Amino acid sequence: MLHIHNLRAGIEGKEILKGINLDVKPGEVHAIMGPNGSGKSTLASVLSGREEYQVTEGEVTFMGKNLLEMEPEDRAREGIFLAFQYPVEIPGVSTVNFMKTAINQIRTYRGEEPLDAVAFLKLMKEKMKLVEIDQSLLNRALNEGFSGGEKKRNEIFQMAMLEPRLSILDETDSGLDIDALRIVANGVNKLRNPSNATIVVTHYQRLLNYIVPDYVHVLFNGRIVKSGDKELALELEKKGYDWIKNEPATA
Amino acid sequence: MAKDNQILEEITSREYEHGWTANLEADSAPKGLNEDIVRFISRKKQEPDWLLEWRLKAYRAWLTMKEPRWPNVTYPAIDYQDIIYYSAPKQKAAPGSLEEVDPELLKTFEKLGISLTEQKRLTGIAVDAVLDSVSVATTFKEKLGELGIIFCSFSEAVKEHPELVKKYLGSVVPMQDNYFAALNSAVFSDGSFCYIPKGVRCPMELSTYFRINAAKTGQFERTLIVADEDSYVSYLEGCTAPMRDEHQLHAAVVEIYAMKSAHVKYSTVQNWYPGSKEGVGGIYNFVTKRGLCAGDHSKISWTQVETGSAITWKYPSCVLKGDYSSGEFYSVAVTNNHQQADTGTKMIHIGKNTRSRIVSKGISAGLSQNSYRGQVHVLKRAINARNFSQCDSLLMGDRCGAHTFPYIDVENSTARVEHEATTSKIGEDQIFYCRQRGIDEEAAVALIVNGYAKEVLNQLPMEFAVEAQKLLALTLEGSVG
Ligand SMILES: Nc1ncnc2c1ncn2[C@@H]1O[C@H](COP(=O)(O)OP(=O)(O)O)[C@@H](O)[C@H]1O
Ligand SMILES: [Mg+2]
Repeated sequence: MLHIHNLRAGIEGKEILKGINLDVKPGEVHAIMGPNGSGKSTLASVLSGREEYQVTEGEVTFMGKNLLEMEPEDRAREGIFLAFQYPVEIPGVSTVNFMKTAINQIRTYRGEEPLDAVAFLKLMKEKMKLVEIDQSLLNRALNEGFSGGEKKRNEIFQMAMLEPRLSILDETDSGLDIDALRIVANGVNKLRNPSNATIVVTHYQRLLNYIVPDYVHVLFNGRIVKSGDKELALELEKKGYDWIKNEPATA
Repeated sequence: MAKDNQILEEITSREYEHGWTANLEADSAPKGLNEDIVRFISRKKQEPDWLLEWRLKAYRAWLTMKEPRWPNVTYPAIDYQDIIYYSAPKQKAAPGSLEEVDPELLKTFEKLGISLTEQKRLTGIAVDAVLDSVSVATTFKEKLGELGIIFCSFSEAVKEHPELVKKYLGSVVPMQDNYFAALNSAVFSDGSFCYIPKGVRCPMELSTYFRINAAKTGQFERTLIVADEDSYVSYLEGCTAPMRDEHQLHAAVVEIYAMKSAHVKYSTVQNWYPGSKEGVGGIYNFVTKRGLCAGDHSKISWTQVETGSAITWKYPSCVLKGDYSSGEFYSVAVTNNHQQADTGTKMIHIGKNTRSRIVSKGISAGLSQNSYRGQVHVLKRAINARNFSQCDSLLMGDRCGAHTFPYIDVENSTARVEHEATTSKIGEDQIFYCRQRGIDEEAAVALIVNGYAKEVLNQLPMEFAVEAQKLLALTLEGSVG
């Protein structure tokens, strides 16, 4: 599904990703861990097409297409979803309205008819239940005055609505208390199926108790320095990141 | 940034949708302005002597006045002798009914999406259509007549209801009020008149649609709305003009007179031709709008969506004379390319317990300049006056300007006046967030701008709100900061 080969990218002339290799297949959950500043969010930004970042080398294909050539909206329409670490506020625009616009643009791209009001409402009700989110929150201006937990839950709601092939969750666990964390993780788990995949970017092992990954990668200083299964996350939790800094890079 | 400017460029390169010219034969005055022209207009309209005298007085006053220089706009001197002050599409005689209206004229308005044929009652809005200098058709007149509502062209009102016109003309905006009001008073050629009798709630939106068609022609219309005790009316105004390389002057006057417990809602979607991307041509929109809350508990609300014109100079105001009267001003003013706007309101609190509310949303893009200018004046006897003002500016790109000039003048210590102002930019982060959800840039900007202007758009009647939303999207979409 996603194939990243020797990806190098940076911002304002400063190289941040220094040769990333990663393969994600349908049905898989990959966790990317690493200390602050190691380049996790940068990787998420590059995959979703943020234009401030320059790719200097390497290739990325998604469903066989060259991802790096696509506009951000087309990447989204092809099925890439990013749950933002810091979701932005859009005053005066409700989540409902926002989602209606998004879904209909995506459907148009795919050559489908726009959803009518009834079908949209039905879909929304169904997804609201899935991620345990309240209608009143969805009628409010997007992220405006939302608590940290509400913002993250809203991201997962949007993910549920858009049914992406590949979801990238950037620190979706940060700032959540244990109940919110469980709700968010629950939502993600319910949305898992054999044809979609998830990349969970996180700082802590905690989230991985709820969203169990198939693979864990450690990103350090712009490189994936170690990959393993969920045991690796536990090891990191115990020993911290220091021991890994001395490990040679693995492909 | 470079990318953002590129987006802005792409989107602003759109053409003005209403820029065509209809091929109508016109009956015009010679270019220029003098007493003879004023007499010519008055004669064309077969006006009574008192009105001609009124016009001449205004003209003489105008000669002694100076064009205001305080607005935050710049433009080359206007040559008032190079303007045609009267142009009417040729019709056999004044049309007695819609069937007699020149089909070419009806087509002109159809093309603008305004149906003047009453058979097509779909919209449920009564329309007075003004082309260049004259009103060409008013719809739903009989139906409104049954309720005692008078809704007709200004010329017709002068003929049919002279006592009302004589009593209220200039009662809110005196002929010498300002340079452009004086000019209008001298040469106004038509416009709409509306009277809502005591206790009547007007069952449909009343609307005037202004269209400039002829070249080199100024448009000077006058609207007078009189709302008797306990009445209600919602009034809409729309406007467009063809694309032309020269600037055209539009100097209108709107007067609203609200008696005890009357409520008048006046909404404008102003879409005059803004000029080319390079700043060539476009309408100079120099307009005086004022409402007088004469009676206790009366209320006047102005809502405006200003997207067109090369220059806008306009301050729809409320004089709150009656006790417990209230005034509202909701505005979205968008400027793009080389447009300039200096717009806002005046709230004059005279009566006791008067209230006013100002919500102004400026949006600047391109190389445009957008100023809010507002005055809140609480006079000595206005005990317990309240005002709340919210003035927000949204910038798109980094080559435009937003300015706020609030004037607060309080002479009574019991008054409470609150003013809030914000300036923001459409963030790249907001745009990216939308794009990551599959929404393209244009739609993203439309979404964000409409969200920003929502509080104002919500004030508009439904049909207008939809049109206004599209217009906002069309006028700028794009541009980030
Ligand atoms: N916009 C930016 N401008 C300059 N440096 C940046 C920018 N964004 C991120 N960086 C730098 O890139 C590195 C990686 O950041 P980031 O990808 O956010 O790390 P993580 O998400 O793993 O904490 C950090 O050193 C950070 O300071
Ligand atoms: Mg990060």
